[in-house]
Amino acid sequence: MRTLIHHSAMKNMRKKIKTAISVIVIVFMTMFFCPSMTTLHAEENSLMMATTTSTDNTGLLDYLMPHFTTDTGIDIKWTATGTGKALKLGSNCDVDVLLVHAPAAEQKYIADGFGKDRTEIMYNDFVIIGPENDPAAVKGKSVVDALETIREKEAVFTSRGDDSGTHKKEKSLWKSTGKDMPEKESWYVQTGQGMLATINITEERKGYTMTDRGTYIKYNSQKNGNAPLKVLVEGDGILLNQYSVLTLNPEKCPNAKYDLATKFAAWMAGESAQNLIKEFRLLGEKLFIPNAK
Amino acid sequence: MDFILTGLLNALALLTGGDSATWSAVFATIKVSTISMLLSLILGLPCGFCLGYFNFRAKRALRTLLDTLLALPTVFIGLLVYAIISSQGPLGNCNLLFTLWGIAIGQSILAFPIIAALTASTVESIDPQLELTLISLGAGKKDIILTSLWEVRYGILAAAVTAYGRVMTEVGISMMVGGNIKWHTRTITTAIALETGKGMFANGIALGLVLVTIAFGVNLSLAFLRKK
Repeated sequence: MRTLIHHSAMKNMRKKIKTAISVIVIVFMTMFFCPSMTTLHAEENSLMMATTTSTDNTGLLDYLMPHFTTDTGIDIKWTATGTGKALKLGSNCDVDVLLVHAPAAEQKYIADGFGKDRTEIMYNDFVIIGPENDPAAVKGKSVVDALETIREKEAVFTSRGDDSGTHKKEKSLWKSTGKDMPEKESWYVQTGQGMLATINITEERKGYTMTDRGTYIKYNSQKNGNAPLKVLVEGDGILLNQYSVLTLNPEKCPNAKYDLATKFAAWMAGESAQNLIKEFRLLGEKLFIPNAK
Repeated sequence: MDFILTGLLNALALLTGGDSATWSAVFATIKVSTISMLLSLILGLPCGFCLGYFNFRAKRALRTLLDTLLALPTVFIGLLVYAIISSQGPLGNCNLLFTLWGIAIGQSILAFPIIAALTASTVESIDPQLELTLISLGAGKKDIILTSLWEVRYGILAAAVTAYGRVMTEVGISMMVGGNIKWHTRTITTAIALETGKGMFANGIALGLVLVTIAFGVNLSLAFLRKK
Protein backbone atom coordinates (compact mmCIF):
# COMPACT_ATOMS: atom_id res chain seq x y z
CA MET A 1 0.00 0.00 0.00
CA ARG A 2 2.71 2.40 1.05
CA THR A 3 4.79 1.68 -2.02
CA LEU A 4 1.70 2.11 -4.16
CA ILE A 5 1.08 5.61 -2.82
CA HIS A 6 4.73 6.36 -3.17
CA HIS A 7 4.81 5.24 -6.80
CA SER A 8 1.82 7.27 -7.86
CA ALA A 9 3.33 10.32 -6.10
CA MET A 10 6.61 9.83 -7.92
CA LYS A 11 4.84 9.43 -11.24
CA ASN A 12 2.95 12.63 -10.67
CA MET A 13 6.16 14.40 -9.75
CA ARG A 14 7.99 13.16 -12.83
CA LYS A 15 5.11 14.30 -14.99
CA LYS A 16 5.41 17.74 -13.45
CA ILE A 17 9.17 17.83 -14.00
CA LYS A 18 8.64 16.77 -17.61
CA THR A 19 6.07 19.51 -18.20
CA ALA A 20 8.35 22.11 -16.63
CA ILE A 21 11.30 21.00 -18.76
CA SER A 22 9.28 20.95 -21.98
CA VAL A 23 7.90 24.44 -21.27
CA ILE A 24 11.46 25.72 -20.75
CA VAL A 25 12.68 23.99 -23.91
CA ILE A 26 9.83 25.46 -25.98
CA VAL A 27 10.53 28.95 -24.64
CA PHE A 28 14.23 28.63 -25.48
CA MET A 29 13.54 27.21 -28.95
CA THR A 30 11.24 30.08 -29.89
CA MET A 31 13.87 32.52 -28.67
CA PHE A 32 16.50 30.85 -30.84
CA PHE A 33 14.52 31.08 -34.01
CA CYS A 34 13.64 34.73 -33.64
CA PRO A 35 13.10 36.19 -37.13
CA SER A 36 15.54 39.08 -37.31
CA MET A 37 18.52 36.99 -36.22
CA THR A 38 21.80 37.88 -37.78
CA THR A 39 24.45 35.32 -38.54
CA LEU A 40 26.80 34.57 -35.72
CA HIS A 41 29.93 33.86 -37.71
CA ALA A 42 32.08 36.13 -39.79
CA GLU A 43 31.28 35.86 -43.48
CA GLU A 44 33.88 35.64 -46.20
CA ASN A 45 33.03 38.88 -47.92
CA SER A 46 32.96 41.10 -44.88
CA LEU A 47 35.47 43.41 -43.25
CA MET A 48 36.01 44.04 -39.57
CA MET A 49 37.31 47.51 -38.79
CA ALA A 50 38.54 49.08 -35.58
CA THR A 51 38.08 52.82 -35.52
CA THR A 52 37.99 55.78 -33.19
CA THR A 53 35.03 57.16 -31.31
CA SER A 54 35.07 60.40 -33.30
CA THR A 55 34.21 58.79 -36.66
CA ASP A 56 31.43 56.76 -35.09
CA ASN A 57 29.94 59.23 -32.59
CA THR A 58 29.55 61.93 -35.24
CA GLY A 59 27.49 59.54 -37.39
CA LEU A 60 29.97 59.65 -40.30
CA LEU A 61 30.29 55.87 -40.55
CA ASP A 62 26.53 55.26 -40.36
CA TYR A 63 26.26 57.66 -43.29
CA LEU A 64 29.25 56.49 -45.31
CA MET A 65 29.43 52.71 -44.90
CA PRO A 66 26.12 51.77 -46.60
CA HIS A 67 27.56 53.47 -49.74
CA PHE A 68 30.70 51.37 -49.44
CA THR A 69 28.65 48.17 -49.25
CA THR A 70 26.50 49.20 -52.23
CA ASP A 71 29.53 50.16 -54.36
CA THR A 72 31.74 47.16 -53.60
CA GLY A 73 29.42 44.45 -52.29
CA ILE A 74 31.62 44.13 -49.21
CA ASP A 75 29.95 44.09 -45.80
CA ILE A 76 31.68 46.11 -43.12
CA LYS A 77 31.37 45.99 -39.36
CA TRP A 78 33.22 48.23 -36.97
CA THR A 79 34.02 48.61 -33.31
CA ALA A 80 34.67 52.14 -32.06
CA THR A 81 37.30 52.62 -29.37
CA GLY A 82 40.21 54.91 -28.71
CA THR A 83 43.04 54.87 -31.27
CA GLY A 84 45.30 53.14 -28.71
CA LYS A 85 43.00 50.14 -28.36
CA ALA A 86 42.22 50.15 -32.09
CA LEU A 87 45.93 49.78 -32.87
CA LYS A 88 46.18 47.02 -30.24
CA LEU A 89 43.27 45.13 -31.83
CA GLY A 90 45.15 45.43 -35.13
CA SER A 91 48.45 44.16 -33.79
CA ASN A 92 46.58 41.18 -32.28
CA CYS A 93 45.12 40.52 -35.78
CA ASP A 94 41.58 40.71 -34.40
CA VAL A 95 40.39 43.12 -37.09
CA ASP A 96 41.10 43.54 -40.82
CA VAL A 97 41.57 47.27 -41.18
CA LEU A 98 41.93 50.43 -39.09
CA LEU A 99 40.62 53.98 -39.45
CA VAL A 100 42.56 56.06 -36.94
CA HIS A 101 44.03 59.50 -36.31
CA ALA A 102 47.44 59.49 -34.68
CA PRO A 103 50.02 59.99 -37.47
CA ALA A 104 53.11 59.56 -35.27
CA ALA A 105 51.81 56.36 -33.69
CA GLU A 106 50.69 55.09 -37.11
CA GLN A 107 54.14 55.53 -38.63
CA LYS A 108 55.72 53.73 -35.69
CA TYR A 109 53.11 51.01 -36.15
CA ILE A 110 54.18 50.45 -39.75
CA ALA A 111 57.88 50.65 -38.83
CA ASP A 112 57.29 47.99 -36.16
CA GLY A 113 55.87 45.70 -38.84
CA PHE A 114 52.25 45.62 -37.69
CA GLY A 115 50.83 47.88 -40.39
CA LYS A 116 51.35 47.73 -44.14
CA ASP A 117 49.92 50.74 -46.00
CA ARG A 118 48.73 54.06 -44.68
CA THR A 119 46.25 56.06 -46.78
CA GLU A 120 45.39 59.58 -45.72
CA ILE A 121 41.64 60.13 -46.09
CA MET A 122 40.46 63.32 -44.43
CA TYR A 123 41.17 65.77 -41.69
CA ASN A 124 39.50 68.11 -39.32
CA ASP A 125 41.14 70.16 -36.62
CA PHE A 126 41.37 70.15 -32.89
CA VAL A 127 40.03 73.07 -30.91
CA ILE A 128 40.23 74.10 -27.27
CA ILE A 129 36.79 74.71 -25.85
CA GLY A 130 35.70 76.23 -22.57
CA PRO A 131 32.91 78.15 -20.82
CA GLU A 132 31.52 81.11 -22.73
CA ASN A 133 32.64 83.62 -20.05
CA ASP A 134 36.19 82.19 -20.34
CA PRO A 135 37.36 82.58 -16.68
CA ALA A 136 41.03 81.91 -17.56
CA ALA A 137 40.92 84.31 -20.54
CA VAL A 138 42.43 82.08 -23.22
CA LYS A 139 40.23 83.19 -26.13
CA GLY A 140 42.15 83.90 -29.30
CA LYS A 141 45.54 82.92 -27.85
CA SER A 142 47.95 80.48 -29.46
CA VAL A 143 47.80 76.90 -28.19
CA VAL A 144 51.00 77.19 -26.16
CA ASP A 145 49.91 80.48 -24.54
CA ALA A 146 46.45 79.15 -23.81
CA LEU A 147 47.78 76.03 -22.09
CA GLU A 148 50.32 78.11 -20.12
CA THR A 149 47.50 80.37 -18.92
CA ILE A 150 45.33 77.40 -17.91
CA ARG A 151 48.26 75.99 -15.95
CA GLU A 152 49.01 79.31 -14.22
CA LYS A 153 45.40 79.98 -13.24
CA GLU A 154 44.84 76.31 -12.39
CA ALA A 155 41.59 76.32 -14.38
CA VAL A 156 39.90 72.92 -14.63
CA PHE A 157 41.14 71.08 -17.73
CA THR A 158 39.66 67.70 -18.64
CA SER A 159 41.69 65.16 -20.56
CA ARG A 160 40.57 61.93 -22.24
CA GLY A 161 43.37 60.11 -20.42
CA ASP A 162 42.75 56.96 -22.49
CA ASP A 163 45.66 56.93 -24.94
CA SER A 164 43.30 57.72 -27.80
CA GLY A 165 44.39 59.78 -30.82
CA THR A 166 42.98 62.89 -29.19
CA HIS A 167 44.77 62.14 -25.93
CA LYS A 168 48.06 61.57 -27.77
CA LYS A 169 47.59 64.93 -29.48
CA GLU A 170 46.81 66.68 -26.21
CA LYS A 171 49.91 65.23 -24.57
CA SER A 172 52.03 66.48 -27.47
CA LEU A 173 50.55 69.97 -27.02
CA TRP A 174 51.45 70.02 -23.31
CA LYS A 175 54.93 68.89 -24.30
CA SER A 176 55.19 71.78 -26.74
CA THR A 177 54.84 74.20 -23.80
CA GLY A 178 58.25 72.91 -22.67
CA LYS A 179 57.06 71.81 -19.24
CA ASP A 180 55.98 68.52 -17.67
CA MET A 181 52.51 67.09 -18.13
CA PRO A 182 50.21 68.37 -15.34
CA GLU A 183 49.64 64.69 -14.55
CA LYS A 184 48.78 64.87 -10.87
CA GLU A 185 47.52 68.43 -10.54
CA SER A 186 44.09 68.68 -8.91
CA TRP A 187 42.78 70.87 -11.75
CA TYR A 188 43.81 68.33 -14.42
CA VAL A 189 40.94 65.83 -14.71
CA GLN A 190 41.52 62.58 -16.63
CA THR A 191 38.16 61.07 -17.51
CA GLY A 192 39.24 57.85 -19.21
CA GLN A 193 36.15 58.11 -21.42
CA GLY A 194 35.17 58.94 -24.99
CA MET A 195 35.22 62.45 -26.44
CA LEU A 196 31.53 63.31 -26.05
CA ALA A 197 31.46 61.95 -22.52
CA THR A 198 34.55 64.03 -21.74
CA ILE A 199 32.95 67.17 -23.18
CA ASN A 200 29.88 66.57 -21.02
CA ILE A 201 32.09 66.22 -17.94
CA THR A 202 33.87 69.43 -18.93
CA GLU A 203 30.51 71.18 -19.11
CA GLU A 204 29.56 69.96 -15.63
CA ARG A 205 32.91 71.10 -14.19
CA LYS A 206 32.82 74.40 -16.15
CA GLY A 207 36.30 73.63 -17.40
CA TYR A 208 38.37 73.55 -20.58
CA THR A 209 39.19 70.65 -22.85
CA MET A 210 40.69 69.87 -26.24
CA THR A 211 38.45 68.11 -28.77
CA ASP A 212 38.29 67.38 -32.46
CA ARG A 213 35.98 69.83 -34.18
CA GLY A 214 33.67 67.11 -35.53
CA THR A 215 32.76 65.88 -32.06
CA TYR A 216 32.33 69.47 -30.86
CA ILE A 217 29.83 70.17 -33.66
CA LYS A 218 27.97 66.98 -32.75
CA TYR A 219 27.86 68.07 -29.10
CA ASN A 220 26.71 71.54 -30.09
CA SER A 221 23.95 70.08 -32.27
CA GLN A 222 22.72 68.04 -29.30
CA LYS A 223 22.34 71.32 -27.40
CA ASN A 224 20.49 72.79 -30.39
CA GLY A 225 23.48 74.91 -31.35
CA ASN A 226 23.40 76.62 -27.97
CA ALA A 227 26.08 74.73 -26.02
CA PRO A 228 27.52 76.35 -22.87
CA LEU A 229 31.04 75.45 -24.04
CA LYS A 230 32.42 77.50 -26.94
CA VAL A 231 35.42 77.19 -29.23
CA LEU A 232 38.08 79.49 -27.74
CA VAL A 233 41.34 78.46 -29.43
CA GLU A 234 41.45 77.39 -33.08
CA GLY A 235 43.33 77.78 -36.33
CA ASP A 236 46.79 77.10 -34.87
CA GLY A 237 48.83 75.02 -37.34
CA ILE A 238 49.68 72.34 -34.79
CA LEU A 239 45.98 71.59 -34.30
CA LEU A 240 45.56 69.65 -37.55
CA ASN A 241 43.89 66.23 -37.07
CA GLN A 242 44.63 63.74 -39.86
CA TYR A 243 42.58 60.52 -40.31
CA SER A 244 44.07 57.59 -42.19
CA VAL A 245 43.19 54.05 -43.17
CA LEU A 246 45.80 51.50 -42.10
CA THR A 247 45.97 48.01 -43.53
CA LEU A 248 47.60 45.25 -41.52
CA ASN A 249 50.81 43.56 -42.53
CA PRO A 250 49.70 40.28 -44.20
CA GLU A 251 52.92 38.60 -43.07
CA LYS A 252 52.02 39.24 -39.43
CA CYS A 253 48.31 38.64 -39.83
CA PRO A 254 47.73 36.09 -42.61
CA ASN A 255 44.09 35.70 -41.60
CA ALA A 256 43.27 39.39 -41.84
CA LYS A 257 41.57 40.16 -45.16
CA TYR A 258 44.29 42.24 -46.72
CA ASP A 259 42.70 42.30 -50.22
CA LEU A 260 39.40 43.62 -48.94
CA ALA A 261 41.20 46.09 -46.67
CA THR A 262 43.12 47.45 -49.67
CA LYS A 263 39.85 47.80 -51.57
CA PHE A 264 38.40 49.68 -48.60
CA ALA A 265 41.36 52.08 -48.46
CA ALA A 266 41.08 52.69 -52.22
CA TRP A 267 37.34 53.30 -51.97
CA MET A 268 37.77 55.76 -49.07
CA ALA A 269 40.39 57.66 -51.06
CA GLY A 270 38.29 57.50 -54.24
CA GLU A 271 36.18 60.23 -55.73
CA SER A 272 32.75 59.10 -54.56
CA ALA A 273 33.70 58.65 -50.90
CA GLN A 274 35.68 61.90 -50.86
CA ASN A 275 32.62 63.74 -52.20
CA LEU A 276 30.37 62.06 -49.64
CA ILE A 277 32.73 63.10 -46.83
CA LYS A 278 32.67 66.67 -48.14
CA GLU A 279 28.85 66.65 -48.10
CA PHE A 280 28.58 65.34 -44.55
CA ARG A 281 27.28 68.19 -42.40
CA LEU A 282 25.77 68.83 -39.00
CA LEU A 283 24.14 72.20 -38.22
CA GLY A 284 25.23 73.21 -41.70
CA GLU A 285 28.89 72.78 -40.76
CA LYS A 286 31.35 70.42 -42.38
CA LEU A 287 32.80 67.89 -39.95
CA PHE A 288 35.62 66.44 -42.02
CA ILE A 289 37.56 67.77 -44.98
CA PRO A 290 38.60 65.09 -47.50
CA ASN A 291 42.29 65.23 -48.48
CA ALA A 292 43.20 61.89 -50.08
CA LYS A 293 45.99 62.24 -52.62
CA MET B 1 16.70 66.64 -15.31
CA ASP B 2 14.05 66.74 -18.02
CA PHE B 3 15.89 63.92 -19.79
CA ILE B 4 14.32 61.40 -17.38
CA LEU B 5 10.82 62.29 -18.62
CA THR B 6 12.03 62.48 -22.21
CA GLY B 7 13.63 59.06 -21.68
CA LEU B 8 10.33 57.61 -20.50
CA LEU B 9 8.52 58.92 -23.57
CA ASN B 10 11.35 57.77 -25.84
CA ALA B 11 11.16 54.27 -24.33
CA LEU B 12 7.49 54.04 -25.29
CA ALA B 13 8.26 55.33 -28.77
CA LEU B 14 11.15 52.87 -29.23
CA LEU B 15 9.08 49.88 -28.15
CA THR B 16 5.89 50.73 -30.02
CA GLY B 17 7.40 52.38 -33.08
CA GLY B 18 9.41 49.33 -34.19
CA ASP B 19 12.79 51.10 -34.24
CA SER B 20 14.92 48.47 -35.98
CA ALA B 21 18.19 49.37 -34.22
CA THR B 22 16.53 48.97 -30.81
CA TRP B 23 14.92 45.67 -31.75
CA SER B 24 18.23 44.39 -33.06
CA ALA B 25 19.78 45.19 -29.66
CA VAL B 26 16.81 43.59 -27.88
CA PHE B 27 17.16 40.38 -29.90
CA ALA B 28 20.93 40.33 -29.42
CA THR B 29 20.43 40.67 -25.66
CA ILE B 30 17.79 37.93 -25.47
CA LYS B 31 19.74 35.60 -27.72
CA VAL B 32 23.07 35.96 -25.96
CA SER B 33 21.62 35.74 -22.46
CA THR B 34 19.63 32.63 -23.44
CA ILE B 35 22.72 30.88 -24.76
CA SER B 36 24.73 31.77 -21.69
CA MET B 37 21.93 30.76 -19.32
CA LEU B 38 21.65 27.36 -21.04
CA LEU B 39 25.40 26.81 -20.85
CA SER B 40 25.68 27.87 -17.22
CA LEU B 41 22.62 25.83 -16.17
CA ILE B 42 23.91 22.69 -17.89
CA LEU B 43 27.25 23.05 -16.12
CA GLY B 44 26.18 24.77 -12.92
CA LEU B 45 23.21 22.66 -11.80
CA PRO B 46 25.01 19.28 -11.60
CA CYS B 47 28.07 20.89 -9.97
CA GLY B 48 25.94 22.76 -7.45
CA PHE B 49 23.84 19.70 -6.68
CA CYS B 50 26.84 17.46 -6.09
CA LEU B 51 28.49 20.11 -3.97
CA GLY B 52 25.42 20.47 -1.77
CA TYR B 53 24.28 16.84 -1.68
CA PHE B 54 27.41 14.77 -1.19
CA ASN B 55 29.99 15.04 1.55
CA PHE B 56 33.61 14.83 0.52
CA ARG B 57 36.95 16.18 1.65
CA ALA B 58 37.50 19.18 -0.57
CA LYS B 59 33.89 20.35 -0.16
CA ARG B 60 34.62 23.38 2.02
CA ALA B 61 37.53 24.54 -0.09
CA LEU B 62 35.41 24.24 -3.25
CA ARG B 63 32.57 26.22 -1.68
CA THR B 64 34.98 28.99 -0.68
CA LEU B 65 36.42 29.05 -4.20
CA LEU B 66 32.94 29.18 -5.72
CA ASP B 67 31.85 31.99 -3.41
CA THR B 68 34.99 33.93 -4.34
CA LEU B 69 34.19 33.53 -8.04
CA LEU B 70 30.89 35.30 -7.34
CA ALA B 71 32.97 38.46 -7.05
CA LEU B 72 34.55 38.23 -10.51
CA PRO B 73 34.33 41.67 -12.14
CA THR B 74 32.77 41.56 -15.62
CA VAL B 75 35.49 43.64 -17.31
CA PHE B 76 38.05 41.19 -15.98
CA ILE B 77 36.11 38.22 -17.37
CA GLY B 78 35.85 40.16 -20.64
CA LEU B 79 39.60 40.62 -20.74
CA LEU B 80 40.25 36.94 -19.97
CA VAL B 81 37.84 35.76 -22.67
CA TYR B 82 39.34 38.27 -25.11
CA ALA B 83 42.82 36.86 -24.42
CA ILE B 84 41.56 33.34 -25.11
CA ILE B 85 39.55 33.99 -28.28
CA SER B 86 41.70 36.74 -29.79
CA SER B 87 43.28 35.50 -32.99
CA GLN B 88 46.59 35.32 -31.10
CA GLY B 89 44.97 33.30 -28.31
CA PRO B 90 44.48 29.53 -27.94
CA LEU B 91 40.98 29.60 -29.48
CA GLY B 92 41.93 32.16 -32.13
CA ASN B 93 40.92 29.92 -35.02
CA CYS B 94 37.31 29.65 -33.92
CA ASN B 95 36.47 33.23 -34.98
CA LEU B 96 34.61 33.88 -31.76
CA LEU B 97 35.74 37.45 -31.17
CA PHE B 98 33.11 40.10 -31.96
CA THR B 99 30.37 37.46 -32.02
CA LEU B 100 27.47 36.75 -29.70
CA TRP B 101 28.94 33.29 -28.98
CA GLY B 102 32.06 34.98 -27.62
CA ILE B 103 29.95 37.12 -25.31
CA ALA B 104 27.99 34.02 -24.28
CA ILE B 105 31.19 32.27 -23.18
CA GLY B 106 32.06 35.20 -20.95
CA GLN B 107 28.55 35.47 -19.54
CA SER B 108 28.50 31.73 -18.78
CA ILE B 109 31.66 32.21 -16.73
CA LEU B 110 29.82 35.01 -14.94
CA ALA B 111 26.65 32.97 -14.33
CA PHE B 112 28.18 29.59 -13.50
CA PRO B 113 29.30 30.40 -9.93
CA ILE B 114 25.93 32.01 -9.19
CA ILE B 115 23.99 28.95 -10.33
CA ALA B 116 26.36 26.49 -8.67
CA ALA B 117 26.69 28.32 -5.34
CA LEU B 118 22.98 29.04 -4.94
CA THR B 119 22.02 25.49 -5.99
CA ALA B 120 24.49 24.07 -3.48
CA SER B 121 23.06 26.25 -0.70
CA THR B 122 19.49 25.29 -1.44
CA VAL B 123 20.35 21.58 -1.69
CA GLU B 124 22.14 21.80 1.67
CA SER B 125 19.00 23.24 3.18
CA ILE B 126 16.91 20.12 2.41
CA ASP B 127 15.38 18.72 5.58
CA PRO B 128 17.49 15.65 6.56
CA GLN B 129 14.25 14.00 7.67
CA LEU B 130 13.19 13.82 4.02
CA GLU B 131 15.71 11.16 3.16
CA LEU B 132 14.82 9.08 6.22
CA THR B 133 11.15 9.34 5.40
CA LEU B 134 11.75 8.34 1.80
CA ILE B 135 13.86 5.35 2.86
CA SER B 136 11.16 4.28 5.28
CA LEU B 137 8.69 4.50 2.39
CA GLY B 138 10.92 2.13 0.45
CA ALA B 139 12.44 4.57 -2.04
CA GLY B 140 15.64 3.75 -3.89
CA LYS B 141 18.69 5.96 -4.32
CA LYS B 142 17.45 7.30 -7.66
CA ASP B 143 14.04 8.19 -6.25
CA ILE B 144 15.67 9.96 -3.32
CA ILE B 145 17.79 12.14 -5.58
CA LEU B 146 14.84 12.94 -7.87
CA THR B 147 12.63 13.81 -4.92
CA SER B 148 15.36 15.98 -3.41
CA LEU B 149 15.68 17.80 -6.72
CA TRP B 150 11.96 18.36 -6.85
CA GLU B 151 12.03 19.70 -3.29
CA VAL B 152 14.57 22.38 -4.20
CA ARG B 153 12.94 23.45 -7.49
CA TYR B 154 12.08 26.93 -6.22
CA GLY B 155 15.59 27.42 -4.92
CA ILE B 156 16.99 26.49 -8.34
CA LEU B 157 14.50 28.79 -10.01
CA ALA B 158 15.67 31.60 -7.72
CA ALA B 159 19.29 30.83 -8.66
CA ALA B 160 18.40 30.97 -12.35
CA VAL B 161 16.52 34.26 -11.97
CA THR B 162 19.45 35.81 -10.08
CA ALA B 163 21.95 34.63 -12.70
CA TYR B 164 19.69 35.81 -15.52
CA GLY B 165 19.51 39.27 -14.00
CA ARG B 166 23.29 39.42 -13.76
CA VAL B 167 23.84 38.12 -17.29
CA MET B 168 21.34 40.43 -18.88
CA THR B 169 22.61 43.58 -17.20
CA GLU B 170 26.37 43.12 -17.50
CA VAL B 171 28.20 45.47 -19.83
CA GLY B 172 31.92 44.73 -19.36
CA ILE B 173 31.99 41.40 -21.20
CA SER B 174 29.68 42.49 -24.01
CA MET B 175 31.77 45.60 -24.65
CA MET B 176 35.19 43.95 -24.53
CA VAL B 177 34.36 40.70 -26.35
CA GLY B 178 31.46 41.84 -28.53
CA GLY B 179 32.85 45.22 -29.53
CA ASN B 180 29.43 46.93 -29.54
CA ILE B 181 28.98 46.39 -33.30
CA LYS B 182 25.75 47.82 -34.63
CA TRP B 183 23.27 45.21 -35.98
CA HIS B 184 25.51 42.39 -34.71
CA THR B 185 26.80 42.49 -31.16
CA ARG B 186 25.24 45.67 -29.83
CA THR B 187 23.23 44.62 -26.80
CA ILE B 188 20.96 46.89 -24.81
CA THR B 189 23.59 47.47 -22.14
CA THR B 190 26.37 48.38 -24.58
CA ALA B 191 23.89 50.61 -26.42
CA ILE B 192 23.17 52.38 -23.12
CA ALA B 193 26.90 52.85 -22.53
CA LEU B 194 27.27 54.25 -26.06
CA GLU B 195 24.31 56.63 -25.82
CA THR B 196 25.51 57.84 -22.41
CA GLY B 197 29.00 58.35 -23.85
CA LYS B 198 27.49 60.40 -26.64
CA GLY B 199 25.63 62.51 -24.08
CA MET B 200 22.24 61.26 -25.30
CA PHE B 201 21.01 60.62 -21.77
CA ALA B 202 17.34 60.36 -22.74
CA ASN B 203 18.10 57.54 -25.19
CA GLY B 204 20.11 55.78 -22.48
CA ILE B 205 17.21 55.95 -20.07
CA ALA B 206 14.80 54.75 -22.75
CA LEU B 207 16.96 51.69 -23.45
CA GLY B 208 17.29 51.05 -19.71
CA LEU B 209 13.52 50.95 -19.43
CA VAL B 210 13.35 48.56 -22.38
CA LEU B 211 15.75 46.24 -20.54
CA VAL B 212 13.68 46.39 -17.35
CA THR B 213 10.56 45.58 -19.40
CA ILE B 214 12.20 42.45 -20.80
CA ALA B 215 13.32 41.41 -17.32
CA PHE B 216 9.77 41.91 -16.11
CA GLY B 217 8.45 39.71 -18.91
CA VAL B 218 10.90 36.93 -18.09
CA ASN B 219 10.10 37.02 -14.38
CA LEU B 220 6.38 37.12 -15.08
CA SER B 221 6.58 33.93 -17.15
CA LEU B 222 8.72 32.28 -14.47
CA ALA B 223 6.18 33.25 -11.81
CA PHE B 224 3.55 31.61 -13.99
CA LEU B 225 5.66 28.46 -14.18
CA ARG B 226 5.98 28.50 -10.41
CA LYS B 227 2.23 28.62 -9.89
CA LYS B 228 1.85 25.51 -12.00
